Amino acid sequence: MLTISLTHYVVLSAILFSIGLFGVLSKKNAISVLICIELMLNAVNINLIAFSKYITPNEFIGQIFAIFVITVAAAEVGVGLAIIIAIYRNKLSVNLDEFDWLKW
Amino acid sequence: MLVEFALHHAWLVPLLPALAFLIIVFLARPWPKLSAFISVGGMATACFFATLAAYGVFTNHQYTEHPLVYAARWLTLGLPGMPELQINVGVQLDPTSAMMLFMVSFIATFIQLYSVGYMKGDPGFSVFFSYLSLFAASMLLLVISSNLLQMFIAWELVGLCSYLLIGFYSHKISAREAAKKAFVTCRVADFGLLLGILGLVITFGTLDLVELSERVANFREYTTFGTMTLLAILVFIGPIAKSGQFPLHVWLPDAMEGPTPVSALIHAATMVVAGVYLVGRMLFLFHEVPVAMDLVAITGAFTALFAATIAITQREIKRILAYSTVSQLGYMMLALGVGSLTAGMFHMWTHAFFKALMFLGAGSVLHALHHKADVWEMGGLVKKMPITSWTFVIGGLAIAGIPPFAGFWSKDEILVVTLNGGHYILYAMAAFTAFLTAFYMWRLIFLAFYGEEKPENHPHESPWTMCVPLIVLAAGAMTVGLLGTPWNNIWAEWIFFGEAHHSGEIAWGAMISSAVIAVAGIYLAYTLYLKDKEKVKVKALAERYKSLYNLSFNKYYIDEMYLWFNHTMVDGSAKLFYLFDIYVVDGIVNGLGGFGKLSGEGLRVLQTGRLQNYALVFFLGVLAIAVLMVFAGPSTASLVLGGVM
Repeated sequence: MLTISLTHYVVLSAILFSIGLFGVLSKKNAISVLICIELMLNAVNINLIAFSKYITPNEFIGQIFAIFVITVAAAEVGVGLAIIIAIYRNKLSVNLDEFDWLKW
Repeated sequence: MLVEFALHHAWLVPLLPALAFLIIVFLARPWPKLSAFISVGGMATACFFATLAAYGVFTNHQYTEHPLVYAARWLTLGLPGMPELQINVGVQLDPTSAMMLFMVSFIATFIQLYSVGYMKGDPGFSVFFSYLSLFAASMLLLVISSNLLQMFIAWELVGLCSYLLIGFYSHKISAREAAKKAFVTCRVADFGLLLGILGLVITFGTLDLVELSERVANFREYTTFGTMTLLAILVFIGPIAKSGQFPLHVWLPDAMEGPTPVSALIHAATMVVAGVYLVGRMLFLFHEVPVAMDLVAITGAFTALFAATIAITQREIKRILAYSTVSQLGYMMLALGVGSLTAGMFHMWTHAFFKALMFLGAGSVLHALHHKADVWEMGGLVKKMPITSWTFVIGGLAIAGIPPFAGFWSKDEILVVTLNGGHYILYAMAAFTAFLTAFYMWRLIFLAFYGEEKPENHPHESPWTMCVPLIVLAAGAMTVGLLGTPWNNIWAEWIFFGEAHHSGEIAWGAMISSAVIAVAGIYLAYTLYLKDKEKVKVKALAERYKSLYNLSFNKYYIDEMYLWFNHTMVDGSAKLFYLFDIYVVDGIVNGLGGFGKLSGEGLRVLQTGRLQNYALVFFLGVLAIAVLMVFAGPSTASLVLGGVM
């Protein structure tokens, strides 16, 4: 019988994180990048909860941390979306390649 | 009673003219007559006190042995590890300073009186008097100084005043240039003096003249002979410029650019005699170093001869007098150099009277002829200006050394001490200079005051404020030498260095020969310039020795040499340093800036401004740290993270 161990969680988390990272680095649409960041955060959450469950089953530090991360992520998305909307109103675009006016 | 007061309050003498200066500058300037009154009044009162103080010193023989010194603590300087240096300001009265105090204030009083007439109507009348007062105050302060630092301050003040007064006609370029020249020349030499003073303080630990003389007498406890020689020579550099000794005499003839009373003041009572006085005061230092004494004597004798040979061909009346001053100062230095404070100070004393007289006479002539200065264009002035002419003749007799006028006794004294000291070459130089002196001075007199009148001149006698000083000074020029006749040498009993010298026997040989020399000089001038109406012989001589004549007329091209040196050496090296500054110093600085700029230009390309590039770099960085932590162990990791973990 296949039991689900810590390794499985970690591998899943790593895969999810990598997909998210790839999306953050390569997607041109700012909304997509935000979504990918959510993926990465969730990968972290999986990690936290898995470690908590398998290594310190009597304590809930990991779970509490995960809740914090979800809260912060919600705030972050709110701010991020607001910024993207503001930019969109100015530039009529959400293409990150065009957002290079911070240089020089 | 009053004498006692003057003796113990001698600081009043410089203070009064200094107060006059302040009052004129701040209050009385808009009223010329009031300014002149304050200035002359202050000076005359100072002269009164100076006379009393001098009387007090000269009637009391204890002061020749132990100078009367009173001082107030001014500064206490202490450095860790060094003995404390206490600096006083004070008064030192001995016969030398008392004589100077009287002489300076006396001459300055009459010069100020004379200036009232001479400067009448000048727009800077009040300012002129304030400067004169300050000048006299500085000189008097210098004279009574009991301390080298105080003396140096006064010394610089004198230099400043001479700058202000020489450049008094500041609308004239030549006056401005002359003032600058005087100031710069003296400053250059003052640096030597300052180094000398610093050296003395470091070596002997005191600035006080009396203490210093005691310590210098036992200098081997403090230092070596070599250091002493260096110190003496450094101290002598200051007087070289101040007293117009070769080769720094160049400022003195140009100093006649100032108003004539200033020339008289500079040449007779203040400024130039300061150098001689300083050497006289510091004679205890020079006395320990024979080399320095020889240097003083040789410089003096050479300057005397050198300046006399220039004076014989000059044409401007004040320029002739200026070179004669340089020459006479050379005499004084010679006397000090052969070790006779008596003779040096005596000549300074007599010289002050007849040279002030002659400068004021020259001023009177210039005043009458509307500043026509060439003696060849004068002539026959004796008929129209009898007082000026006769007083000038008295001055001429005095400087030429005709007995019994003042200059004879002092010059004879110098010649005798030179001869007695065994300095035969210096004696020959001095004697020849005496001949030249008589010649050029009487050349001036015959050309300007005798001979034919020039119809284009309309001379007139000067007002009484100018004539009274002339008469008083003429009386002085006749009589002041009688203090030091060989028969009754009161002078030598008062003013001496070491032991009072009583020669006992009278040096008839030297006396007669110097009188003969003077008469010969005058006779030569008479044959060349008065008897020979068309001046044929003179022209023939000038033609025949044209190169010598040009050499003398152009003052041996010393000024040109300085100019050349200035233009090629100083300006050249300045140019070199300028280029060095532009290309090397600025090059380094600009290069550093340029490097920063260029590297910035290159590096900014890395900043794409694209969010995802930054994120990638960020990710790669984290990856690198992670890899390090995995493969290199925890110690490196802590290194990478800056010791956080």
